[in-house]
Amino acid sequence: MAHATDISFWTWRQEDKAAYNELFADFTKANPDIHVKFESFPDENYPTIVSTALAAGKGGDVIHTHAYGWLEQFVKAGYFEPQDLTTVPSLANQPADALVAGTYRADKKVYSLPFASQTLGLFINKDVFAKAGLTPPTTWDEFITVSKALKDKGIYPLANGMGTSWFNEMFVAIFTNPFLGQEFVSDLTSGKTTFKDPRYVAALGKLLELRDYMPPGFEGIDYDTAGQLFISGKAAMLAGGSFDIATYRSQNPAINMDFVAPPMAKAGDTPQVTKFFDGGYAVNAKSANKEAALKLVNWMGTKEFGDKFSALLGNISPIKGVVIKDELLAHVAKLNETAMPHINVVYFRFEKPTGSELLQGDITKMMSGSITPDQLAADLTSGLAKWYKPFQGK
Amino acid sequence: MNSGRRHTKKAFPWRRSLWIASLLTPALVVMVLFVLWPLLSAFRLAFYEFNGLQPTGFIGFENFRKVLFEQPYSDWTYNALKHNIIAFAALMVFENGTAFLLAYALLKALPGHRIHQVIVFLPVVLSAVIVGFLWKLFLHPLFGLVNQTLALVGIGAIPWLGNEHTALGSVLFANIWHWLGFPTLVLLAGMQRVSKEVIEAARLDGAGDYALMTKIIWPLIAPSVTIVTILTFIGSFNWFEIPYVMAGLTGSPGGATDVLGLYFYRTAFGSTTTGIQDFGQGSALAVMMFIIVAGVTAIALRYLRRREIEL
Repeated sequence: MAHATDISFWTWRQEDKAAYNELFADFTKANPDIHVKFESFPDENYPTIVSTALAAGKGGDVIHTHAYGWLEQFVKAGYFEPQDLTTVPSLANQPADALVAGTYRADKKVYSLPFASQTLGLFINKDVFAKAGLTPPTTWDEFITVSKALKDKGIYPLANGMGTSWFNEMFVAIFTNPFLGQEFVSDLTSGKTTFKDPRYVAALGKLLELRDYMPPGFEGIDYDTAGQLFISGKAAMLAGGSFDIATYRSQNPAINMDFVAPPMAKAGDTPQVTKFFDGGYAVNAKSANKEAALKLVNWMGTKEFGDKFSALLGNISPIKGVVIKDELLAHVAKLNETAMPHINVVYFRFEKPTGSELLQGDITKMMSGSITPDQLAADLTSGLAKWYKPFQGK
Repeated sequence: MNSGRRHTKKAFPWRRSLWIASLLTPALVVMVLFVLWPLLSAFRLAFYEFNGLQPTGFIGFENFRKVLFEQPYSDWTYNALKHNIIAFAALMVFENGTAFLLAYALLKALPGHRIHQVIVFLPVVLSAVIVGFLWKLFLHPLFGLVNQTLALVGIGAIPWLGNEHTALGSVLFANIWHWLGFPTLVLLAGMQRVSKEVIEAARLDGAGDYALMTKIIWPLIAPSVTIVTILTFIGSFNWFEIPYVMAGLTGSPGGATDVLGLYFYRTAFGSTTTGIQDFGQGSALAVMMFIIVAGVTAIALRYLRRREIEL
């Protein structure tokens, strides 16, 4: 009998302990010689804890990572083991855009196996709409008409406010992406254009129209309040993320909700939700049990893992062919097929100042009317030009 | 006396030194490990470049240049610094001004003054985090006590913490509410130390309340004023918890409640949603903050002490 190996899995997801332990038990059933220990740390200190441990040659054997720029700092410092089809054959099960989230831009190698995608779109409280005798909107014009009708009936059309910075960044992505389209993204990333592009400025301008349909004092309404307004039925819609589906259901089990694409610019357009990958599973380069760790990561890329992962955690696994039993989640996964990337997160969080820092600072000013969309676009472009070469001199 | 001390020293010089050293060691170890060492590390790191996780090389004053002269960092630095200065001015005028009046009122020992003392001092014993949460709830645009009350007289939902013109004031208000009892107590203690004979003599000479306050009590409580001023200055530059809890790490809306403490924490430790960890730039900001606080405190102490002596 092979000698038993104990490996550890480090994560910031303390709340997922039971689910992971169940998954790891399945893994051990198939690999009786490997036992996995779940170790979690507080979210806000996680980057510091991981970097301190890795710098000292310690840390978990398998490390749960955030994606894009967050991951890149660790790869740059040489802390993670590259993964390829020989060591992690299940990488073949990942779609290309998911792999980008775990790839180091400099050497194009994958360092973290993607674990979940997140979708940003529009939550609909179906009961509120039914009671008001209205149909959820699909185009911008419909959105405005429906919102006016809801407001007349004393219902807040849109629960969102501007009181939580990171949520504001999502709010911008959700409502601007349908006006921007995939072509804008490729123009932006190829260096053909910047955020000063009239398409981006016009899309930002659309956000100003939303102010009339947000709750009074919306500038001070935070993420938690927005969620409460939505699940209590005080508001009909909420621009948010698929990661909250499970939360809203647990807070109000009776809620009858849908998750749809945000309003399209015009009828006939492709519905466009926003998508980004949340992170992945990386192997500690200094792990004494690298082989076992890679085995675990490879297993976490299989359909068997993905099916159970989605069922247990209400998350959308990016693994191809995964069956999502939950109807609403399956619908969200379907929306993902035509999704736009969360531009700031996917492309502009690699160096300082990050697109997120710049946008989060300016968007509340724009929504309160103290700066114009043009100014926001100019600030974003000039800030990013510090490190993003295609914007330099533009 | 002198010969006695010499005698003791001579008889047990090494034992005595050992005894003193053994008593001091635990405190010294703690000081060195948790105060001196981190402080020196911050000074060292301020001169290094970071790749997000580790120092990658010595870069001289580059981090200082960035935070002081390179946009957008310099904009953020001055914005935060401006708010620290506003906080100091506001706390001096509103907190300490109110504290002075309260202390004077309490000094007069009106009926129920003990209860008043307790009421004024009570918030001081709460933690800043609780005070922050409390006022965040009170000021909530839809459900907060303040707006609910205003709604009764027909005033609509005011986003106190969401509006860039009211956010800093709201955070300062919570801070004043929290700390008001402290300067009140210090000033009251100072006023109580003024001898009754001096006050009686002034009264006999025909001094009214105003003259008594400006000519007698105010000059004689100079040491208390010094303490209150210095603590207010240090407090308004180390300000962190209340703005953090009420308006978040990014100083929303749009940096309206950003202060140096938040800015350097954010720069050094990053966050999963906004930034990349940069201990170099963060340390440069922390070092600057240290220099400002230590420098101004030293100068102010010198000036204020001299004033005390002159008085």
